[in-house]
Amino acid sequence: MSRWLLPPLTLLAGLLLVMLPLPSAAEPFRPDWVAMVALYWAFALPQRFGLVLAWMAGLLLDVSQGTLMGQHALGLALITAIALHMHQRVRLAPIVQQALFVMSLLLIKQALVLWISGMIARAPEDLWLYFASPLVAVIFWPLVFVILRDLRRRYNVS
Amino acid sequence: MQPLFQNAGATTLRFLLLAALSIALMVADHRDQYVEAVRSALFAAIAPLQYAADLPVRGGEWVADQVTTHQALQQRVTELERENLRLSARQQQFETLRAENDRLRNLLDAASKRDERVLVAELLAVDLDPFRQQAIVNQGSRAGVYAGQPVIDADGVMGQVVHAGPFTATVLLISDPDHALPVQLNRTGLRTVASGLGEADRISLLYIPNSADVEEGDLVVTSGLGGRFPANYPVARVAAFNPRPGEAFAEVIAQPLANLDRSREVLLVWPDEDEEAARRALGDEAGIELEGAPTTDVPGAAPDASPGTTAPAPAEDPATAIPDDEAPPAAEEFEP
Repeated sequence: MSRWLLPPLTLLAGLLLVMLPLPSAAEPFRPDWVAMVALYWAFALPQRFGLVLAWMAGLLLDVSQGTLMGQHALGLALITAIALHMHQRVRLAPIVQQALFVMSLLLIKQALVLWISGMIARAPEDLWLYFASPLVAVIFWPLVFVILRDLRRRYNVS
Repeated sequence: MQPLFQNAGATTLRFLLLAALSIALMVADHRDQYVEAVRSALFAAIAPLQYAADLPVRGGEWVADQVTTHQALQQRVTELERENLRLSARQQQFETLRAENDRLRNLLDAASKRDERVLVAELLAVDLDPFRQQAIVNQGSRAGVYAGQPVIDADGVMGQVVHAGPFTATVLLISDPDHALPVQLNRTGLRTVASGLGEADRISLLYIPNSADVEEGDLVVTSGLGGRFPANYPVARVAAFNPRPGEAFAEVIAQPLANLDRSREVLLVWPDEDEEAARRALGDEAGIELEGAPTTDVPGAAPDASPGTTAPAPAEDPATAIPDDEAPPAAEEFEP
């Protein structure tokens, strides 16, 4: 039962973390929790965790963020696809390298989302602030990794 | 036994399909309202999460309420009672004025305005895209909330609903760069458009000539053009008027009166039904232009760009037309 439920539930928890109110000065620095959770499952369970689930999580992210429907969904599907292709190399890498790889994927997603925002003339003024959140995500990746790994082992999801 | 190598081709194919689907969704979402039903359903799905995200803040408020001393509460009640008395006294005056206004309007054969229906809603403490100015309210289409509905707080106009889910709705604030609101200066009647700058404490007034009569502190109210917002709601006060020699228009910055980043309680307004009916009738004639406005780039201003199609504008056209060609023939007809 929980074997199937764990990835979707953790994605929803990530969505809740994205929606939690922060002081407005800290908002641009909030890491993209949903994308980090999706990337963890793509690395850990490439056979089971599918693109469709990541895409649906992205769609919910779009609705909750008030962005164009499909914007985050496309970005999330893209980086999950890359992660699925490269999971064998990344899984064996030390956690610092993993974190840097996650950061570059998040930067790609951020760039894609920004590009789409620009196309519909909704690009923010502070372009550089837009790339702050992937940098913060590097710090939190080990935490996400350890928590999700423990959850996965505890519920014996493999 | 799990396969050692995944079928990479299948992943790529699936990604391409999802990418195509995303792009189709984005285009449909940007161009028109076809996917609004999908969005509404997804809104219902995440409504529990929105309420959950709001819980810590609400809990904090509850605790703060619980530990308030008896004395402080009593003081607040006294203050509120006084405030209530003051407002009731003003309401009496207002009733008399309204009766008088109705009588005068009857004499003029003008349609009298009905009351606007309002609903008190609360903003949920939920974060959205940090680069846009939006908010979530705890009322949705179940309560009759619709996309394009005006939202005000105790001090002024806050924004309009852009997406209505069954239990919650997204409000685009007037400070968002995408939002444009048809307004006029209360003192001079100068009509302009208020557009957001992406900051909660500043909005910009567009298309004001360098030579215009604008002073700091001028009250900016909604003009009712565009048919979406009722007229004469306070919006902002002019904070800076900087003529720009050599350019067509001056830079005018105003400070919103509504507490865009602090209000917790807001009012959802159903504008006067007469106006609404007129707008709907006009909207049918003008195609989907008026109804398609919420997701276009400048929600409030899209109808304003063509004032001839909006409800309040026709009343002005005769006034401007009289000094021109129309007046003489009319006068001749009336003389015999």
